Amino acid sequence: MLADALLLQLGYNATLVALGAAALGVAAGATGTFLFLRKRALVSDAVSHATLPGLALAFLIMVALGGDGRMLAGLLLGSAASALAGLVCVSYLTRHTRLSEDAAIGAVLSVFFGFGIVLLTVIQTLQSGRQAGLESFLLGSTAGMLLSDALLIAGGGIAVLLAVTALRRPMLMVAFDPGYAEVQGVNVPRIDLAIMALVMAVTVVGLKIVGLILIVALLIIPPVAARFWSDRAERVVLIAGLFGGLAGYLGAAISAVAPDLPTGPIIVLIAFGLFLVSILFTPGRGVLAGLYRYRRFQREVHLRQGLMALAHGQPVYEGLTRRLLRRADFQRADGVTTAEGRAAASAALRDEARWQALRASDRLAELAVRDDGLTRIDEVLTPDQVAELDRRRAGPREVPDGL
Amino acid sequence: MSAIELAAENGQPVTEDLSQSPLAIRGMTVSYGEQPVIFSIDMTVRPGEMTAIVGPNGAGKSTLLKAALGIVKPLSGRALMHGKPIAAQMDRVAYVPQRASVDWDFPTQVLDVVLMGLYRELGLLRRVRARHIAHAMDCLRRVGMEDFAERQIGQLSGGQQQRVFLARALAQKADLYLLDEPFAGVDAATERAIIDVLKALRDEGKTVVAVHHDLSTVPAYFDNVFLINRRRMGEGPVAEVFTDAALQATYGGRLAAGQAGLTAAG
Repeated sequence: MLADALLLQLGYNATLVALGAAALGVAAGATGTFLFLRKRALVSDAVSHATLPGLALAFLIMVALGGDGRMLAGLLLGSAASALAGLVCVSYLTRHTRLSEDAAIGAVLSVFFGFGIVLLTVIQTLQSGRQAGLESFLLGSTAGMLLSDALLIAGGGIAVLLAVTALRRPMLMVAFDPGYAEVQGVNVPRIDLAIMALVMAVTVVGLKIVGLILIVALLIIPPVAARFWSDRAERVVLIAGLFGGLAGYLGAAISAVAPDLPTGPIIVLIAFGLFLVSILFTPGRGVLAGLYRYRRFQREVHLRQGLMALAHGQPVYEGLTRRLLRRADFQRADGVTTAEGRAAASAALRDEARWQALRASDRLAELAVRDDGLTRIDEVLTPDQVAELDRRRAGPREVPDGL
Repeated sequence: MSAIELAAENGQPVTEDLSQSPLAIRGMTVSYGEQPVIFSIDMTVRPGEMTAIVGPNGAGKSTLLKAALGIVKPLSGRALMHGKPIAAQMDRVAYVPQRASVDWDFPTQVLDVVLMGLYRELGLLRRVRARHIAHAMDCLRRVGMEDFAERQIGQLSGGQQQRVFLARALAQKADLYLLDEPFAGVDAATERAIIDVLKALRDEGKTVVAVHHDLSTVPAYFDNVFLINRRRMGEGPVAEVFTDAALQATYGGRLAAGQAGLTAAG
């Protein structure tokens, strides 16, 4: 069943819904990257929660006009209007009062959401029977979705993607260095507005599938996961789009098989899975890679310190150091230093002495910053320079036998 | 007092000829809330020379620069380039912001940052071509950073970051260079590299204005100095204006005796 869904074998409608969810996910991941890099991720939370009263009001108006209260385009229009009102409130509070942005977001988010819930309750008591489905906008659902709904969602996602492609350069410049962007002729307030407009578009278009409570996650988790995979913003945008699209597609497919599960949470959990894989397994920034690098570095330090102790004829107490020395065949199990051990120790000692000489030298002293206790001096200097240093010293001391 | 200033004193209409100055600021006041940060600043930058903006912490040095560039909206006043509003000629202005003003963990590489200097040429959609990259690499070479083109910017030292910012400004091929504390927190090698690049720019006929905090290097690095402490405290060639008395006035006695001895007159 699930395999059928993933391979788009569940019929025309389910296929279109899955593709629509994928398009939405790509748009959300790509748009979210700019929001994340601009460090305004939380604003999207206010925007999404502010859609609820507009949604409910649009329903009431459409019913009052004698139409079908559940027409998706009308509902989305209403939610866009109230999301915009929420956004205006946040930016007004931030700019004209002493409230910081996070406080303004908290205030706007809760008030709008509370108002929306009240309206939903009113709808339920007023119009028994005809309100079915409005709650599905809270957590998202693909059940009973119309073909036209799927097309609307896919079309919206593609439109957002085109806009992101066109505006990516100024949006990145504003996110990195707004002052410089301004001097380069970028209209910073207008670009900030464009980012928020795109976020609003994604939120509104995604309401039906992901739901307004969790749409934030689809905007934020993909870029955060993608950040682990690349150090170049344009690639982060692409990877975030890929992750978002994958989450949307898989979520919709699973939801087609298990229509009782809310779609939004499934999509978000899949996105979280991608995040988990990223944070753990990325080669450069991942947790495991970092742990591995740390351990390797720790061993290098211990081995070096052990060799210096051997060179100075001091006993080695630390367990890890002794194990490393034995494993490198520098020391026998009974604690006697091997010939290799003596050679390595005197090499380490000579290196130390050369670094000392380098510090005293007029021409090479600048290179002393490279001395971290581990770097061998012949990685920094040419053989000629090393020879010159050796001439300045008394000559390499050898480690006496029988340590 | 100049003839023009005298004429202004006497209430006569004045038409200054500012067509020679690449940056002339008139009556610039900026305030955050109701607290003026800089008050009614006049400044006339000489073409083809290097000018230092000098003053104590909180004197409004960076604010003056940002207001001239339009990054901060002034309460009053204007900034002119060759006698006409600078806003319409920003393609001829390069800006090097304070290094601390950006997040260096941003996912971008050195070359990408320098390519931002070509934004006016590239616009929204034009592809980055080989000649753009060649130009950006050339700018990196001028600041000695060509080997770092593919580094993530967060891996650079402070001095290297500052040089990348300078390379981005060079990429713009501008006539007027405005730098905000380009020597703050950089190593000696970077300071030398930056001052060499700036002097080379001047020798090509470009104009350089830098916010500067190290009084001891002002005479060696700059031709002119602009003293500021919310108000204009002095302006002109270093030899004439950078005196103990002027510095004492600017810094309001907060200057240690040793520092004062570093001036041209001292």
